[in-house]
Amino acid sequence: MTPVKLYPPKPDRVYFYGTCLVDLFYPDAGLDGIRLLEREGVAVDFPQDQTCCGQPAYTSGYQDEARAVAAAQLDLFPEPWPIIVPSGSCGGMMRTHYPKLLAGTEHEARAKEVAARVYELTEFLVHVCHLKLEDHGQPEKVAMHTSCSARREMGLAETGPALLAQLDGVELVEQARASECCGFGGTFSVRHPEVSAAMVEDKTQAIEAAGAERFVTSDCGCLMNIAGRFEHQRKAVQGEHIASYLWRRTS
Amino acid sequence: MSARDAILKRLRERSDGPLSAPECDFAVVTNRGWNQQERLERFERLIGSVHGEVIHTARTAWGDALAEVLHAKGVRRLALGRDHPVAAEARKMLSAGSVDLVDADRDIEAWQREQFDSVDAGLTSTRGAIAETGSLWLWPTPDEPRLISLVPPLHIAVLDADTLEDTFFDVVERHGWADGMPTNALLISGPSKTADIEQTLAYGVHGPRELVVLVRHAQEVP
Amino acid sequence: MNSPVQPSAVQTYTPREFHRQAHDALGNPQIRANFRKAMDGLMSKRRDVFDDWDLETLRDLGANIRLRALAKLPDLLEQLEANCQANGIRVHWAETGEEACRIIGEICASHGAKSVIKGKSMVSEEMHLNAHLEAAGIEALESDLGEYLVQLNEQTPSHIIMPAIHLNTDEISEILHQKTGTERSRDVDYMTAAARAQLRERFMAADVGVSGVNFAVAETGTLCLVENEGNGRMTTTVPPVHVAVTGIEKVVEHLRDVPPLYALLTRSATGQHVTTYFNMISGPRKSGEHDGPQEVHLVLVDSGRSNIYQDDELLDTLRCIRCGACMNHCPVYTRVGGHTYGTTYPGPIGSILSPHLMGLEETKDLPTASSLCGACGEVCPVKIPIPDLLVRLRREAVGEGRGNVPGAGVKRTKKEVVAWKSFQWLATHPAAWRGGTAVAGKLKALLPSRLGPWTDYRVAPKPAGTTLHTLVKRHQASQSSEETRP
Repeated sequence: MTPVKLYPPKPDRVYFYGTCLVDLFYPDAGLDGIRLLEREGVAVDFPQDQTCCGQPAYTSGYQDEARAVAAAQLDLFPEPWPIIVPSGSCGGMMRTHYPKLLAGTEHEARAKEVAARVYELTEFLVHVCHLKLEDHGQPEKVAMHTSCSARREMGLAETGPALLAQLDGVELVEQARASECCGFGGTFSVRHPEVSAAMVEDKTQAIEAAGAERFVTSDCGCLMNIAGRFEHQRKAVQGEHIASYLWRRTS
Repeated sequence: MSARDAILKRLRERSDGPLSAPECDFAVVTNRGWNQQERLERFERLIGSVHGEVIHTARTAWGDALAEVLHAKGVRRLALGRDHPVAAEARKMLSAGSVDLVDADRDIEAWQREQFDSVDAGLTSTRGAIAETGSLWLWPTPDEPRLISLVPPLHIAVLDADTLEDTFFDVVERHGWADGMPTNALLISGPSKTADIEQTLAYGVHGPRELVVLVRHAQEVP
Repeated sequence: MNSPVQPSAVQTYTPREFHRQAHDALGNPQIRANFRKAMDGLMSKRRDVFDDWDLETLRDLGANIRLRALAKLPDLLEQLEANCQANGIRVHWAETGEEACRIIGEICASHGAKSVIKGKSMVSEEMHLNAHLEAAGIEALESDLGEYLVQLNEQTPSHIIMPAIHLNTDEISEILHQKTGTERSRDVDYMTAAARAQLRERFMAADVGVSGVNFAVAETGTLCLVENEGNGRMTTTVPPVHVAVTGIEKVVEHLRDVPPLYALLTRSATGQHVTTYFNMISGPRKSGEHDGPQEVHLVLVDSGRSNIYQDDELLDTLRCIRCGACMNHCPVYTRVGGHTYGTTYPGPIGSILSPHLMGLEETKDLPTASSLCGACGEVCPVKIPIPDLLVRLRREAVGEGRGNVPGAGVKRTKKEVVAWKSFQWLATHPAAWRGGTAVAGKLKALLPSRLGPWTDYRVAPKPAGTTLHTLVKRHQASQSSEETRP
């Protein structure tokens, strides 16, 4: 369990760490996250030298490689501004694992300092920006899939649903076994494709059975996995990153 | 070097150095603050939820309650001790009845087959009980050996209401268990059960199919 | 029943074949359904039973009790030995499973034993005690109903608490019918009564009872056994000799340490407030007592545990109280079942324990058989950081750990090293990264639409064409042009 975190007042400026999956596959989700922050009067600094948090190497056991990548990311955030990450998985890597990964190195103190400034996007919108949303979208049944890292590593099971609950046109439906993993797990889905497939199959069935026309998630790994499964089966259920969904319906 | 010495040596010469022991705060397993009524209700609810039957009786009338149970369950042969007041009183009260009283204070080798095949019930005293989990605590003795609460298909346990305590931790601490453990100490919470066949509960898989707790109260039971 | 279900065929499982075994299990609708139903039930029971507890405080206490015991482990083992001996329990030490088997075989031989009845003991499974005894001409019969069924079906347990959880009622009915001649019936009470009758004869006839131990209390020399069925009490009371076998990590310091661990164990394992029996044994039958074994032996087994003990991080593995909650909540275990792992301990705890017991050569696919979803760590009653330990073993497997796990480095391949070194280079050279990702986006038409097995079940992810790096630059440019507009 993540200890109770004390949230600061809304700052003037933040860093945005887009993550590699967003960068390459879902850049609009990143941009929509930035727009949501800017609309709240928070200026956003996007360090152009950001690459990847190093998690794929870390969870694959390639600790030395992961450490080098992590150390390089620390240089991106010289000012004491919060660091906003539109992903529980990468956010969890930076907040929870950076300090341990870099312990005993010259980067130890900075890793701790950076980790303490990391916020997942929905967490920051709810707890720091106290975001108020006005829905302009059509009525729709939506299921939220909170990633395992957001839920368990960062303790953020509630922030995504809390934002969606503000949208008048959205009926939030809960799929069976909502807290169960979708089967992505980064390299897990590559190393154990069949087990991963069985998991995502159950997840898509549960979302469909809940009557959702759409699912949103705060992690692009889960999005890629679940939406990829729906699309493979030519199902109508659409997936979207929560940042894009919120921006689309409220702008 | 013996296995013992080799194992201990490896543990003592730990590569990452000696470990420090954390403090343990036991507050969460004690200080429930229940009154007697709450204790009784909780005990009955919990043991009832696992198929234990609770019968309340006045201290002075418990023989009648016992006789009723024996009659209702069709018990013809009852194994019991001799010296413990529960056994002694039961013997006296049942002496004129039709139930055969089977002496439990015999070496098991002399009557194992009899105990397994032709005893309908075992009667035991209890040392107390635990409200939190609905558990009886028994320390079997030469007078009331281990197997009479296990082998017969019905176990009748006699519990004095004022020996009910809140938690297992409280019992262990207040009665100084650590100062001297008996050969066998038992908590019993319901009759023997299993869920090994597709999660379906079935009772009496090895031990008793039924557990009846006669709770004796100092006052008349309304 | 019109068409009896055939119980799953006798099969040998090995962790080396995890992928094949997972493939088979995933393709078996019966296995899938049996595990899903059972795990859903267990998860919901656990959720309900902790309601009136301060669960986090209790888990902290459980973790601290286990950590304290481990911190003092060598002293506590000596204290346990001394107090057991003072109680009349004979204590034996075994460095390996084979040595423990030999010790138990010798105890049996010294009594001319022909028949051993067993209570549930995962350590005895770990060291293949039954096979060892049978090779010595001694029959070893399991008495826990689930273990009995699994043994009749010539299988091994698929769960550490519920050994026969992979079998459904129809399969069990068929096993009992074929192996013991009972009627085919879906009546669970009938089947249970039949097993009771069969096993009672065996308890009376057994020369030796072998049990496991849930907690061994150093302070009093007491062996604690947790159970619902009463077979544990039978095993430890009816035969003239009782042999308890346990891993060296099961010791706790004080008797007062037991109630919190017991509370955590039953609630985490099966969602019960308490089990039917909590059986605390502090010696053989004393003079004047009328039942109980004449001899009690305790066999303390190391078998790799003292090696785990050396390392501050790996040490946490030894906190385990074997409740099985991690497997009940594991989405991988739920899909593939216990046999797929090919190890005595399946699921998350098995994946962090088995590499130490069997070596990473055998078990290299187990630490990766997790999506690191964290459900196991979340429910562990003694707060073992299972996901972190899985990652640690992945490091050991690819040769980037401390090298102190047997078989360390076995998974390190040139191809993977090159791939991750390239990743490192790119991710630490931002200009090259930006160039690379931009090109990947531009070339998306040329990228394969199939990405290995990923695309057997999902549509391949497609690069967006424009990276976030580029989008942000444009966004900032448009903003500043807006700002400069009069």
